Amino acid sequence: MTGLPLTPSQTVGPYLSIGLPWPDGPTVVPEDTPGAITITGRLLDGEGAPIPDGLIETWQADPDGRFAHPDDPRGAPAHGTAFRGFGRCPTAPDGGYRIVTLRPGALPSPDGGREAPHLDVSVFARGLLDRVVTRIYFPDEAEANADDPVLSAITDPARRDTLIAAADADDKTRFQFTIRLQGDRETVFFDV
Amino acid sequence: MTTHPPSPPAGLILPSYERPSGLHPPLDSPGYRSTALRAPSQPLVMIPQGLTEITGPVLGEGRVAPADADLTTQHAGQPMGERIIVTGRVLDSDGRPIPATLVEVWQANAAGRYQHATDIHPAPLDPNFSGVGRCVTDSEGRYRFVTIKPGAYPWRNHPNAWRPAHIHFSLFGRAFTQRLVTQMYFPNDPLFEYDPIFNSIPDPKARQRLISRFDINLTEPDWALGYEWDIVLRGSAGTVFEAQPVAGKQPVAGRQGAQR
Repeated sequence: MTGLPLTPSQTVGPYLSIGLPWPDGPTVVPEDTPGAITITGRLLDGEGAPIPDGLIETWQADPDGRFAHPDDPRGAPAHGTAFRGFGRCPTAPDGGYRIVTLRPGALPSPDGGREAPHLDVSVFARGLLDRVVTRIYFPDEAEANADDPVLSAITDPARRDTLIAAADADDKTRFQFTIRLQGDRETVFFDV
Repeated sequence: MTTHPPSPPAGLILPSYERPSGLHPPLDSPGYRSTALRAPSQPLVMIPQGLTEITGPVLGEGRVAPADADLTTQHAGQPMGERIIVTGRVLDSDGRPIPATLVEVWQANAAGRYQHATDIHPAPLDPNFSGVGRCVTDSEGRYRFVTIKPGAYPWRNHPNAWRPAHIHFSLFGRAFTQRLVTQMYFPNDPLFEYDPIFNSIPDPKARQRLISRFDINLTEPDWALGYEWDIVLRGSAGTVFEAQPVAGKQPVAGRQGAQR
């Protein structure tokens, strides 16, 4: 084994917005794509204040629960179209972010169970010396969420609920997901 | 009972990535003041590495033009400062190069000023320097940027606080687990010992791995100095012995995939 020592992380600092945002970063699919959903939210600190210099990244399966990636042992997605699966949005002065994407499908898990539809999320900001990782689940997937191995492992219902987006009362294509880095209703973050 | 789509064949075999412990800076690092209200107070919850974690975005050629790797030719004139070449390889800890992966950089100009609205350091902006670059690694995992050596700059973390000169690097690797944003420093910077961000890395030897190496062989005579810096992302999990193949047996589960 070579066992090369790993490169440590450092913060993105306050000026990530000159380097990391892309014009099409928030639109995983174009806005007018049939079936597109919009996830909006705010990134908040331990006092509930907005974080205006952060970056939210999302990574997810396509609507069939597939990844166009060589390490997905199930092979290439059947539809053959390139779904980027990756979204990236800098936070606004009010801490807000917005991702336009397609709903991911459910996934098989290595233990033979199933993972409910979800997006993996990386959060970067000044003051975060390493990214923090969370997941967005959907409020209208109660049965799948109940069987999800990640959600099931979180025993405190209030903590678990921080991972489930809020539905919009009027629009089934809109979801809201607040990320609280610290304190009251702190979002659950993962070691992956 | 809930109805689910058909289950996959039993034994979905996925690559597995190591989980470094004690390598990265603690999120709560009091010397770096901005961590106080931003570091989560609850411990991280360990989750299995499933399909979402062992895959990742494939971002490459369509997103990057060759000129994006030269930060000195993005404007009408030449930027001020010391022209440098920064190059190295993106590898995993098994020693495998990671080809065709996106590398993004951003940095201050030679005077230590970022082209950013909230940077109020009273040093000059350079109209010929944006300080942003990107490239895609080649088949050997190699990246290469031409840029200007960034200046040190003051910040307001504590009285007379200065950041050592650095270039921000963003890396994707091949999997969500490998995502890394970090900073590359320059050899012999007198500010290292005073910088709470550099020193937030617990192991002094690990800090040294963020410092590039000057290499006379990478310089271009009469034109630019050369620095080399390799980046190592998470490799396969655990100590895996290279088992001798046994006739009729399948490879050891959990070891395939990440060898790619």
